[in-house]
Amino acid sequence: MYVAVKGGERAIENAHRLLAHERRGDRDVPELSLPQISEQLSLGVDRVMTEGSLYDRELAALAIKQARGDLIEAIFLVRAFRATLPRFGATEPVDTGAMQVRRRISSTFKDIPGGQILGPTFDYTHRLLDPQLAGGFSPETPAVGEASATATPRVTDILGRDGLIEPSPAADADAPVGDLTREPLNFPADRDLRLQNLARADEGFLLALGYSSQRGYGRNHPFAGEIRFGEVEVEFMAEDAGFAVPLGSIALTECQMVNQFKGSATEAPCFTRGYGLAFGQSERKTMSMALVDRSLRARELGEEVIAPGQDEEFVMSHSDNVQATGFVEHLKLPHYVDFQSELGLLRKLRQEFAEANEAPQMQEAAE
Amino acid sequence: MNAPAYNFAYLDEQTKRMIRRAILKAIAIPGYQVPFASREMPMPYGWGTGGVQVTAAILGPDDVLKVIDQGSDDTTNAISIRKFFGKTAGVATTTATADATVIQTRHRIPEAPLHAGQVLVYQVPIPEPLRFLEPRETETRRMHALGEYGLMHVKLYEDIARFGHIATSYAYPVKVNARYVMDPSPTPKFDNPKMDDCPALQLFGAGREKRIYAIPPHTDVVSLDFEDHPFTRYRFDAPCALCGAGDSYLDEIVTDDKGGRMFVCSDTDYCESRQSAGHRGSESAAPHKERAHG
Repeated sequence: MYVAVKGGERAIENAHRLLAHERRGDRDVPELSLPQISEQLSLGVDRVMTEGSLYDRELAALAIKQARGDLIEAIFLVRAFRATLPRFGATEPVDTGAMQVRRRISSTFKDIPGGQILGPTFDYTHRLLDPQLAGGFSPETPAVGEASATATPRVTDILGRDGLIEPSPAADADAPVGDLTREPLNFPADRDLRLQNLARADEGFLLALGYSSQRGYGRNHPFAGEIRFGEVEVEFMAEDAGFAVPLGSIALTECQMVNQFKGSATEAPCFTRGYGLAFGQSERKTMSMALVDRSLRARELGEEVIAPGQDEEFVMSHSDNVQATGFVEHLKLPHYVDFQSELGLLRKLRQEFAEANEAPQMQEAAE
Repeated sequence: MNAPAYNFAYLDEQTKRMIRRAILKAIAIPGYQVPFASREMPMPYGWGTGGVQVTAAILGPDDVLKVIDQGSDDTTNAISIRKFFGKTAGVATTTATADATVIQTRHRIPEAPLHAGQVLVYQVPIPEPLRFLEPRETETRRMHALGEYGLMHVKLYEDIARFGHIATSYAYPVKVNARYVMDPSPTPKFDNPKMDDCPALQLFGAGREKRIYAIPPHTDVVSLDFEDHPFTRYRFDAPCALCGAGDSYLDEIVTDDKGGRMFVCSDTDYCESRQSAGHRGSESAAPHKERAHG
């Protein structure tokens, strides 16, 4: 006698209960607070805000806690919440040239107006596990210097004054702001939508693609013209008041890659740009993004499209980790109806194969 | 912290209107894949977000909803989606095919014939029937526009040359209204004939791929084939072990590790209705109902 498998509803509820229990872990260990996550796991929070496309440290910290530290799951939680938020409009373009810089480096010039500022960075740390951090360690207060009165102009602007680098395309203030979360994406996509896609894209995916471009799969000869991290003002044009109202400031990382030149009989050669921008301090992300942005400009710049990183449909269709993880993990769902169909076909093909291979032998035996 | 407040059937009205416009366009051009601005839903892509968005956009307070996965009302994902709408829309739910006004499905079309006024909403993973022949969307859109389906026929022909049969057993391509080649979603090809001249409206939602398409009631839907290799349905040749049905699609249940197998209806509602009408199979048992619990 066979009893059909049932009980899914209770199984789901119990699984959720068990998940909540596992998330909490050993109850003798103090529970994580959201400020602890946003203060002490801040780069994880930055990544969740960037790829979740929502600047809210507290919600990102909550998502990380709820996701048990699985950042892609946390990004998914933030995205699902973001999708329900009303849109009031678009802010004015942020001016990263006026950034309150906390870190700023250029690999193309030894010294630059405003100076090289290392800021908080893992660069030049020796990657030795630090037992002091295991508990109760209180770090020194950071060194403080005089704020420089000089401005910190963007390195690409310095190059641009001499025409050595292509100008950034001027923004059309009246054009609607493209948004691939509100309009279906069509190919070929313009650079604004490509950059939006890359800003939301999985850091690991972009890292691998950017790396592949450095290793020769669509090489584009980059220099890190400038990486800067700090706070910028966000302003919103209030139609009623007739002027832009400051909404506050956000932390951003910007990377401008300077790439090998283009030029023609009619156009003087100049460097080309690759651009990366992300919330918080996200250097690996913005550098990878800038490499891939430049790679994706292959068609526009008359380069042969031969590598995955140059292929906009390939990159944009597979860069989103929420989409990717959903589809990969959906293989966990039951597929037994289709599998049964395949089984039936395979059995039939095998049977025909066996019959076809038996037939000549039987004929021989009969002779 | 911003406490989330959600609209009837989760989606905001503006999003629903956007989806309804896509649905109307899809109905106007049967089998054509309409791009829509798919939202991030609170369940993963690949787990029915397209179907959920279509259902959310068409659901009204008086609707009666049925959700099936693999033909069954009580597979985990079907339960999860049914609970989602029970919670966000408060609509009545049912497992009876005949009583439902909206049926969301993954991988099956119910065995009981659908009637006028019903809507069958399919969850679709890859809406593009040509995708595995041509990975580029820019190319496949052009092929659809020109009605250039030779590649698909070559694929089916190559199957016959290699295996002696068309080696597609599910997601078997169909031609809708003598114009667009369409992916019926990964239903077994057994279900293909049910799409033809169906009195119910059939809507297909692909969330991750951001496409909606439709088969309006009583539309011609033809499974692709050749004159000398006509389309055939596949069904394991046995009656259902529980209800004795000889016409339903069967799941294969492995009963031991010594080659023991039994075959039962994949459509649980169909099977249970037959059993309550007194039909019996070789292994009949009263279907075990999940106990209510608080």
